[in-house]
Amino acid sequence: MRLTQGCFSFLPDLTDQQIRAQVQYAIDRGWAVNIEFTDDPHPRNTYWEMWGLPVFDVRDAAAVMMDLDACRKVYGNRYIRVSAFDASAGWESLRLSFIVTRPAHEPGFSLRRDEGPGRVVRYSTHSYAAERPEGERYAGA
Amino acid sequence: MSPNVTSLDPRSAASPAATVRGKDRYKAGVMEYRKMGYWEPDYTPKDTDVIALFRVTPQDGVDPIEASAAVAGESSTATWTVVWTDRLTACEKYRAKCYRVDPVPNAPGQYFAYIAYDLDLFENGSIANLSASIIGNVFGFKPLKALRLEDMRLPVAYVKTFDGPPTGIVVERERLDKFGRPLLGATVKPKLGLSGRNYGRVVYEALKGGLDFTKDDENINSQPFMHWRDRFLYCMEAVNRAQAATGEIKGTYLNVTAGTMEDMYERAEFAKELGSCIVMIDLVIGYTAIQSMSKWARRNDMVLHLHRAGHGTYTRQKSHGVSFRVIAKWMRLAGVDHIHAGTVVGKLEGDPNTTRGYYDICRDDFNPQRLEHGVFFDQHWASLRKVMPVASGGIHAGQMHQLLDLLGEDTVLQFGGGTIGHPMGIAAGATANRVALEAMVLARNEGRDILHEGPEILEAAGRQCQPLRQALDVWKDVTFDYASTDTPDFVPAVTAAM
Repeated sequence: MRLTQGCFSFLPDLTDQQIRAQVQYAIDRGWAVNIEFTDDPHPRNTYWEMWGLPVFDVRDAAAVMMDLDACRKVYGNRYIRVSAFDASAGWESLRLSFIVTRPAHEPGFSLRRDEGPGRVVRYSTHSYAAERPEGERYAGA
Repeated sequence: MSPNVTSLDPRSAASPAATVRGKDRYKAGVMEYRKMGYWEPDYTPKDTDVIALFRVTPQDGVDPIEASAAVAGESSTATWTVVWTDRLTACEKYRAKCYRVDPVPNAPGQYFAYIAYDLDLFENGSIANLSASIIGNVFGFKPLKALRLEDMRLPVAYVKTFDGPPTGIVVERERLDKFGRPLLGATVKPKLGLSGRNYGRVVYEALKGGLDFTKDDENINSQPFMHWRDRFLYCMEAVNRAQAATGEIKGTYLNVTAGTMEDMYERAEFAKELGSCIVMIDLVIGYTAIQSMSKWARRNDMVLHLHRAGHGTYTRQKSHGVSFRVIAKWMRLAGVDHIHAGTVVGKLEGDPNTTRGYYDICRDDFNPQRLEHGVFFDQHWASLRKVMPVASGGIHAGQMHQLLDLLGEDTVLQFGGGTIGHPMGIAAGATANRVALEAMVLARNEGRDILHEGPEILEAAGRQCQPLRQALDVWKDVTFDYASTDTPDFVPAVTAAM
């Protein structure tokens, strides 16, 4: 399966040049850019691990691209996303978020159903990857 | 940019009346409204006043100022004759005051009447009360041919008595984990007749294919062909399956509209029990029911979608009724998270400038007066949460550049026919829309001029995505290009460059 979280997952994987353009767009608006990675892409897994702190004060996307390269060297076989945070009043949340790196094989999710009375079903979604311990979920991890 | 506005001179021959004061004011009998204190040309509205702007079309021979004063009177304290019991009250405070009457540009016989209402005329946090005052009786008043409530200025003091949207745009995005692009939806079609099982199929295909939401239509409640429980159960199977297939949060607006509040609560509770993140209501359930459902949604962490069913009966014609910009303001106060607000390019009424005004009302914390968008007053929202406008009705992937340019990022684009009518099926239709959207956002962020390069950008995206290519092919020539009935009365004046 292909995880379709984030803003551009239906497009072919972005090239570094395309990623850089999006990062520059965010920086030009004064948004802080953050790099995060995970090996559990469950849709309710809100807090991916942060690669350092969000970048608040750079003017050039090149700095973020260097961080991304460093992150990929360590976690290139996990999911990595770039997000942009807008601290202005009335928003104070993300403005943009997209996946920049994914594992070679994306095992996806199983859906579990607990059948209750009156045909009610309780659903829960499970990452296949997360069935193994953290850090051992993707080949070569 | 400032449109040329002229006011009627209150001291001209056409409007000789001064307010009658003292004991003469309360002599039994009938008196002109403008003499009773409902026409106060020297009045300066207080920051805490509610201000209403009406388009007044007096009957032939009725003086526009008298007609406007009558509107002020009939929407506040007046009755058709003088009553001595006024003197048991602080009646001057409670009288609405018409303080300005302007002829409508290019519309002979029509006048804009500005009327100020003291804050004490209204109950805290009640749209029912606000609307009963402002539009309660006066729209049937015989001396008027027609009357339209064009806009309202709601003082911050009154705004603060409302809870507003239970979720709001920012928190909705956080819950859905979707940032940086409009959300995508589709209304399940055909509107009527599908069984619950078949209905859920449409939901599953559309969500798996790439949409964020699917939606019940306004008249899908609980009919012989599909009981509401059946629909909810099958829809939630579809939502959860699609969520597991994509790893993305998905939702379907379960319409809980019903004949009684008890039934609506029962349906909403069931939606919650099944794990739905969103429920839906229709505007026709009424303002009080909407506020009740808003409270329920707030209590239960549920996004509340409002379909503006029925609004066209009173919003569309310019001469009579209530403008949708007023309805949008009331709904932001009443507290809904989504509201259908027009597409401009689709099949339903929507002048671009007027629609822009509606979107601003839903999404901004401050609306400056913008006559060319039909926005007559500065409006402060005092950090009330924002409503996500929904664009729905006759739109397709080929218009993605126009939609993104006109409507911006914080909106739900709903492609019903434009998803389900795809020649390769529903999932393909959904994929086409999602690819078109992502390609357009990517291009916009890269600094490209999407309005002009849009077709090119779509075509390039279509080269890597067969469903998009097919969608562009099928719908390339579909437009709904008709004159709008509800357009702004003011156009920006051209000023010479210095």
